[in-house]
Amino acid sequence: MKVEQISVFLENKAGRLAEVTRCLGEAGINIRALSLADTTDFGILRLIVDKYDAAREVLKSKGFTVGKTEVVAIEVPDHPGGLASVLDILAQAGINVEYMYAFVQHSGKNAVIIFRFDNLDEAINLLQKQGIHIYKGEEVYRL
Amino acid sequence: MIRDQYYETLPREELQALQLRRLQAMVERVYHLVPFYRRRLDEVGFKPEHLRTLADLENLPFTVKQDIRDNYPFGLFAVPMEQVVRIHASSGTTGKPTPVGYTARDLETWGELMARVLAAAGVHRGDIVHVAYGYGLFTGGLGFHYGVERLGAAVIPVSGGQTRRQIMLIQDFAPNVLCCTPSFALYLAEVGQEMGVNFKDTQLRVGIFGAEPWSEAMRQEIEARLHIDALDIYGLSEIIGPGVGVECLEAKSGLHLFEDHFLPEIIDPVTLEPLPPGETGELVITTLTKEAFPLIRYRTRDVTSLNYTPCRCGRTHLRMSRIKGRSDDMLIIRGVNVFPSQIESVLVDIPGVSPHYQLIVDREGHLDTLEVAVEVDETVFSDEVKQLQKLAKTIEGRIKDYLTVSVKVRLVEPRTIPRSEGKAQRVIDRRQK
Repeated sequence: MKVEQISVFLENKAGRLAEVTRCLGEAGINIRALSLADTTDFGILRLIVDKYDAAREVLKSKGFTVGKTEVVAIEVPDHPGGLASVLDILAQAGINVEYMYAFVQHSGKNAVIIFRFDNLDEAINLLQKQGIHIYKGEEVYRL
Repeated sequence: MIRDQYYETLPREELQALQLRRLQAMVERVYHLVPFYRRRLDEVGFKPEHLRTLADLENLPFTVKQDIRDNYPFGLFAVPMEQVVRIHASSGTTGKPTPVGYTARDLETWGELMARVLAAAGVHRGDIVHVAYGYGLFTGGLGFHYGVERLGAAVIPVSGGQTRRQIMLIQDFAPNVLCCTPSFALYLAEVGQEMGVNFKDTQLRVGIFGAEPWSEAMRQEIEARLHIDALDIYGLSEIIGPGVGVECLEAKSGLHLFEDHFLPEIIDPVTLEPLPPGETGELVITTLTKEAFPLIRYRTRDVTSLNYTPCRCGRTHLRMSRIKGRSDDMLIIRGVNVFPSQIESVLVDIPGVSPHYQLIVDREGHLDTLEVAVEVDETVFSDEVKQLQKLAKTIEGRIKDYLTVSVKVRLVEPRTIPRSEGKAQRVIDRRQK
């Protein structure tokens, strides 16, 4: 039920993001989703890719600091209030969203959103009980 | 191991008598042979015969690096060129190098002192010594080289650079002793790790590191990563090169300064007044036995303190603390004296934080700012912004506690801080002078 996300430490200077994407491109790795959290000094690039291990290896060999985080990919109805209905369930259970970002592609009629929670397993249980679809890792890497 | 049982364990009274005899002979000689010293002594009305006790040394003028530059290249040599057999030079920050000369006897002395250094580190005949200090005008490489040969051990004169090849040689030639700068030792550890080398499997046993200031925390890191004992050595080309002092393996607590050849003092770098034993200040050295390039009260600019208490190794020569900084590299940040090595010792104490750092000093309005660039590696990396900001705050807090100066920590990517294979470039001062 969990998805492996690769994260990369980036200094805020020109060309670093381009360097990451170029390395991945040259290694034939496809980026499925990404988000960039930034501060005045540094940024954290979070990526879902089709080949996690290969991506980690190529970025490490280029000297980047990389990390691995487990996240959840949730199917969210693509209409007004769709995301709110999911977030409400979490808020009522007191589960904190560390961060979230949308998938580029749709899955059928619905949107796919990546979530990082402070309590991943509890969130998965809760959402599944409420009938919300959570994607398996392999499904996400292939989307 | 003590190489010279007689001179290295002389009781203090006899040592001082020897120092006085040698000092008197030296001052007498330079007064007559070096016009610069004659002029200097005449200016203050000091005649060689006024030197009756070691305390009279205080009445002699200081010599500074600028004096050597003013007499460029060989104006301070105290022997005719026919007697000079070697010339070394330290790279000057202002273009021209600072040259120094040696007679055949000076080289004998130097080799003997370096043999003492190696013996203090437990090195003996049959050992193989990997010398990765630069060979050339710099005194590091050749200084160690002749010491190893004099001791009767085997020297591998690798010199600097070609790090991967050096690691191959460490594996294949199986040296027992590593001699290089401490920053290069850590760089070797890092590159070795990349190459999948476990230093536990090498024959390295002890390392003698110097030519730049380092910290106790850095010692622990070098010892843990290279699986060796790490000892500090002190020297500067003006005085003789490496071999002015070294830590003993037994105590690893302060560097025995070879007092039968060098007479040390500690002064306040601002008032120039001598400080009592134990106080921290600038080290001043008078050479006692140098022939070609003697120096009277040379201001080294190195900041340290002298400890006269007996050492468990049996040597009677005083121990100076590891160099705490440079009196001219000392940064004054909002009125507080800051030595880069202090920042380093804070960083190495925080788990996961690498000791590679750079200090950027600037001024906003009338206020000095100090930024510390610290590398983020995988052990401390988090994909959450707040975790990394917390790390930066922790480092800022620890430095503030230690130095009483507020700093800003900037997290940077690994290996973006330049690794120097010689002296590390730790400080960038952007303040208008």
